[in-house]
Amino acid sequence: MTRNLLLSVLLAAVGVSPAPTFANPFETTLPNGLRVIVKEDRRAPSVVHMVWYRAGAIDEKDGTSGVAHALEHLMFKATKKRPSGEFNKIVAEAGGRDNAFTSLDYTAYFQIVPNRALATMMDLEADRMANLQLSAKEFEQEIKVVMEERRLRTDDKPQALVSEALHAVAFQAHPYRRPVIGWMDDLEHMTYKDAQDWYRTWYTPSNAYVVVVGDVDHKAVFDLAAKTYGKIKSHALPERKPQNEPQQIGIKRVTVKAPAQLPYISMAWKVPKLKDVDKDREPYALEVLATVLDGHDAARFAKNLVRGSKVAQSAGAGYDGTLRGEALFVVDGQPAEGRSVTELETALRAEIKRVQDQGVAPDELARVKVQTIASQVYKRDSMMAQAMEIGGMEAAGVSWRDIDKLLDKIRSVTAEEVQAVARKYFGDDTLTIAVLDPQPIDSAKTRKPAVAIRH
Amino acid sequence: MKKILLALVAVAWIASAHAGPKIEHWVAPSGARVYFVESHALPILDVAVDFAAGAAYQPAAKAGLAGLTRSLLDTGAGKLDEEQISARQVDIGARLGGSTDDDRAGLTLRTLSSQTERDASLDLLRTLLTAPSFPEAPLAREKSRSIAAIREADTRPDSIAGKKFAAAIYPNHPYGVHASAESVERITRADLVAFHRDYYAAKRAVVSIIGDVTRQEAEAIAQKLTDSLPAGKPGEELPPVTKPVRAMVKIDHPASQAHIHIGAPAISRTDPDYYALLLGNYTLGGGGFVSRLMQEVREKRGYAYSVYSYFAPKKLEGPFEIGLQTKRAQASDAIKVVESVLGDFLAKGPSAKELAAAKKNLVDGLALRIDSNAKILGYLALIGFYNLPLTYLDDFPAKINMVTTDDVKAAFARHVKPENLVTVIVAGD
Repeated sequence: MTRNLLLSVLLAAVGVSPAPTFANPFETTLPNGLRVIVKEDRRAPSVVHMVWYRAGAIDEKDGTSGVAHALEHLMFKATKKRPSGEFNKIVAEAGGRDNAFTSLDYTAYFQIVPNRALATMMDLEADRMANLQLSAKEFEQEIKVVMEERRLRTDDKPQALVSEALHAVAFQAHPYRRPVIGWMDDLEHMTYKDAQDWYRTWYTPSNAYVVVVGDVDHKAVFDLAAKTYGKIKSHALPERKPQNEPQQIGIKRVTVKAPAQLPYISMAWKVPKLKDVDKDREPYALEVLATVLDGHDAARFAKNLVRGSKVAQSAGAGYDGTLRGEALFVVDGQPAEGRSVTELETALRAEIKRVQDQGVAPDELARVKVQTIASQVYKRDSMMAQAMEIGGMEAAGVSWRDIDKLLDKIRSVTAEEVQAVARKYFGDDTLTIAVLDPQPIDSAKTRKPAVAIRH
Repeated sequence: MKKILLALVAVAWIASAHAGPKIEHWVAPSGARVYFVESHALPILDVAVDFAAGAAYQPAAKAGLAGLTRSLLDTGAGKLDEEQISARQVDIGARLGGSTDDDRAGLTLRTLSSQTERDASLDLLRTLLTAPSFPEAPLAREKSRSIAAIREADTRPDSIAGKKFAAAIYPNHPYGVHASAESVERITRADLVAFHRDYYAAKRAVVSIIGDVTRQEAEAIAQKLTDSLPAGKPGEELPPVTKPVRAMVKIDHPASQAHIHIGAPAISRTDPDYYALLLGNYTLGGGGFVSRLMQEVREKRGYAYSVYSYFAPKKLEGPFEIGLQTKRAQASDAIKVVESVLGDFLAKGPSAKELAAAKKNLVDGLALRIDSNAKILGYLALIGFYNLPLTYLDDFPAKINMVTTDDVKAAFARHVKPENLVTVIVAGD
């Protein structure tokens, strides 16, 4: 069984599948500028309904970090016609579940419901897109919840503190230096007016899009959208400044001390992001590099560092090139017991150097292709995964129409291209390293109340 | 108006008659019990093979043995070493997974259903299940990784609280035992071999299959996966669970938030009170943002980001638990609120309105819990492992709808007794 043969069989599996791919998804734009994307998936009588706003931590200003996420919490409070808590209650009684998440680039809200409840969900989302009634009292209570969330997800999680420090140091000017959850001091000084300004500035149909995946007829969804979201008038958005990060020239290092047993290291290089789906090559090569290093069980980090030399307890590599801001290629890991963080750093760097010097093997590239094809088929078992894929791409300014093209591009990457990006972008001058220096819990002092985040 | 009502009734009737997918069940010649749903909508196949080989069956002195046995299945099997196993899995686009809990241990496989990939994937799964070689070198490595992970977890407030809570509500019972650096250190290759030989037997196995294969193909798959498993030990009873005495356990930790667990052992998976408890718990702390705990602790007071309650039924009495995290200085205030919400619920039960809302969510939401092959596979494994009726999903709406507020109150009175409740606080002032 040769690998090529296998690949052609896999491609056939995708090609002959009885998926209603023709002209699906469907998209329309309402007169107020709101885009509606519908993917029909008739396997079960469920539907995922999502509203995405192009407003995330990237759009925040110093002093009000975390306001995008705080507003996300407040979106579940009162509107002009519905009291606080009514939103969740209606979704729950429809048999559904709902939540929301805020990231660097966007804020998104979703409900997963039986398909007959879709009209109600669209009515609810349209209502809070335009009619949220913020009060100082509700804000004061909810911001406490957000601070508890920060304690839970960041302050008491050593690796999250390291990641926060890594971004804060890697970026000096670019807004990705601020954490999505916000600095605790900013949360302590935030007022309901900050949240209200945020809502009035960014929550408007022309800055949002709706993604619906499930057992629905797209024409009926478009009609419902016109009757609900279509009634809201759009207002102008403020100018978005680029806030480009100045060229980094020189390695940066930061250390975080927190109660833990194992040290942890996270290394981030500045790399290009995807700007032009058709013309770019490097982002696809970086994506393949991440998969070769850490995309699956047989990838290099697991094979060489965890199982082979046993220098690592864990090791990972990640690259996300579809984003609004600037991209990082992050390599991280915990040294195995008895091994130092310095040894692990050396080993991680040696793996990068090996790609720079020797490139990647044909069977490694073949595996990337097989993995891409298999994931493409498997994701169709989950409506939420399909909706997330469409929404996430659109958030970065990439059309859902290009999703298949992106995967084809990844499959077209050559060994030379992978080696070329490894050589070009993994120098020390654009590198930032953050390290966890573990502290024993008995002697650690009680600390003062000091990447998408779920509601 | 009437027409609409009639239509709604008709829809409801259809929904309850065909609530779940068509599940086929048989016993393979090997003795393994098989649960199958045929579904050709996607070119994929999902398989789970579970054994009564969970952590409850390992000796306490060697806690960690059940988990290591399961996770080392892919470090060497048949003629393959671990690198060959992982390479083969990746080359055919298969996804192998697995898990170990107190009762169960097993592997899952997701593969493309095209013949070549399917055959190669199932062949690999069969080799891992039936012919693991447990080589010494990966065992030594995984033991030290496991010990490192345990030591790391023992610095984290959430993990410390979870372990202390289990130990406190299951004194002297396998459900309360967790792996320690010492217990993992004691595990040898001979232990793994013996554990696999004794517990990975066809008679202890449940094979769940959903996807793009026919019944005939599924029969062959199930038999082939299980026909050369070891003979195994005859059935073995777990010791009975004894209820703990009400207590409060406090542990110091420098974290900014206190981690709080309150609860006791409650029900087994086959307890008829399951539906009443599930419904009641929805109102108490299971129903996300609309539950009483969420309203009182988070929405009204801003004490916590996350607060919940749940029943986790197991073979024997699994836990009832309330959990939350709050900044350390307000731990005792938050506990007072939780105790008052629970006390009130135990005394009065849910209101008729709350019960109706809970029923609507649980019944109407059933369709969402079975809307993918991955989710249905989970139910097949559950139904099979705990010997639930084949009509479990079909019966679910009726079983839920027949519960009354008095049933809920009585069921809570039987299973959640204040004199057994243990409170664990890590990092509270």
